[in-house]
Amino acid sequence: MGQQVPVAEGVFTFPSESPHLIGSRCTNCGNHMFPTQGSCPKCASTDTEQVELANRGTLWTWTIQGYPPKAPPYAGDADPKSFEAFGVGYVELPGQVKVETRLTVADPDQLRIGMEMEMVLVPLTTDDDGNEVVTFAFAPTSTGVES
Amino acid sequence: MSNDVAIVGIGMHPFGRHEGVSGMEQGAIAVRAALQDANVKWEDIEFAFGGSMAAGAPDTMVSMLGLTGLQFINVANGCATGGSALFSAVNTIKAGMAELGIAIGFDKHERGAFRVNTKGAGLSDWYGASGLALTTQFFGMKINRYMHDYGISHETLAKVGAKAFRNGAKNPMAWRRQELSEAQVAESAMLSYPLTQYMFCSPGEGGVALILAPAESAHKYTDKPVFLKAAAVRSRRFGSFEVMAPHIALEHSVGPTVDASKAAYEMAGMGPEDIDIAQLQDTEVGAEIMHMAENGFCEHGEQERMIAMGETEIGGRLPVNTDGGCLANGEPIGASGLRQVYENVLQLRGEAGARQVPNEPKTAYTHVYGAPGISGVTILAR
Repeated sequence: MGQQVPVAEGVFTFPSESPHLIGSRCTNCGNHMFPTQGSCPKCASTDTEQVELANRGTLWTWTIQGYPPKAPPYAGDADPKSFEAFGVGYVELPGQVKVETRLTVADPDQLRIGMEMEMVLVPLTTDDDGNEVVTFAFAPTSTGVES
Repeated sequence: MSNDVAIVGIGMHPFGRHEGVSGMEQGAIAVRAALQDANVKWEDIEFAFGGSMAAGAPDTMVSMLGLTGLQFINVANGCATGGSALFSAVNTIKAGMAELGIAIGFDKHERGAFRVNTKGAGLSDWYGASGLALTTQFFGMKINRYMHDYGISHETLAKVGAKAFRNGAKNPMAWRRQELSEAQVAESAMLSYPLTQYMFCSPGEGGVALILAPAESAHKYTDKPVFLKAAAVRSRRFGSFEVMAPHIALEHSVGPTVDASKAAYEMAGMGPEDIDIAQLQDTEVGAEIMHMAENGFCEHGEQERMIAMGETEIGGRLPVNTDGGCLANGEPIGASGLRQVYENVLQLRGEAGARQVPNEPKTAYTHVYGAPGISGVTILAR
């Protein structure tokens, strides 16, 4: 059994007990971006700084990926026989930005716009060295879902 | 834009799956049909704008059509490729640079959902690797939010799908010509909640060509010229919600469809109330519903009532996607926007056969939308 490795460097803090997405903040107008970028789409400034984004927010919209994405680019299980549907949504991070993310829940009855979410890391695949590759996802907080 | 550019010839290769026929051959077949329609020869064409995403560089098709030395410019503009080819051709005529030109679009895509090129879209590998970056996810998320905000029902989604296949069944050029009931649409496999398999169009194949001339010489080529009153293309602004976006801003602004639509109405000196027929981008059923409002044809949420009343059917107040749209025709990216214009020319000529809109429509509207947040609109009149 290898180690845990992130899907890419610089997307989220790793290793971290409380992982956060890494974004940019425009030092001119305060606009937030994810992932990091060196220029601001709002005011066109080229002065941006790297920031850790909030790891809690509310679900702005969602869907469920019901069929295996094409691989590549998908690194997870794309075998139609074993593929498991997963949720995808935008989570609104208060005062910052809405980020597109996997969701840990794939059941329409357990997802509703406006519910509280928090960021977690989830296994995606195993690489050639036996390492577990992880990516980010958002999960309903314990108070976010009924039942 | 005044009545100064006319469409004088149209040609199409059927949409669908055509084993053994390359995308470019389908484009060439469409060109030959358009030449015949305008009663001109390839050597009469002074310039061409051609678009294809996946079926080769369009300008190489001169080896099939004839090496006449014409000006041939390739256009690549995502889902607005066909609309951009037309936009460029219209403006070449308006500039007085030529008398006779052609806009060509064709494509041939692999089966299944589009494989996303994250690098090509300026995004990193982790985005696609993580299971994001699918265009179908965006469409599911946009209509899910819209249903929440404006009270659109699941039943309305299914009604739009059933209409598309009903219209497609009347269109000999369409890919899917079998009617499907609302229940069949609603109960097909759930691909991206709330959207099922038959609520989505599929990447496909096909070709369309349109021949353009100055309005004053249009009658040399056709008894039924159709005039381009407007052609506009717009990209996204800050704060809009678009396909392939790892983040969206907290503040909201309207999308490129609204901007392109307003620009086109202004150019044409018309408003949505003046339009008799509309072909609206229906990558999936939710897109058609949302685009009705984004193009000014109703208020947000009013679609629920309009669709229940049949107002967007061929015999309704505002027929939408009379040829079956992308849902029944599939979406060969390079050709898709030009298919809408082709359909509107047929309708305005009164040559649309079993799917002809009654009462001699005079004006017609087209709208495309796609990655990475681009929209193209045309307004035609006879």
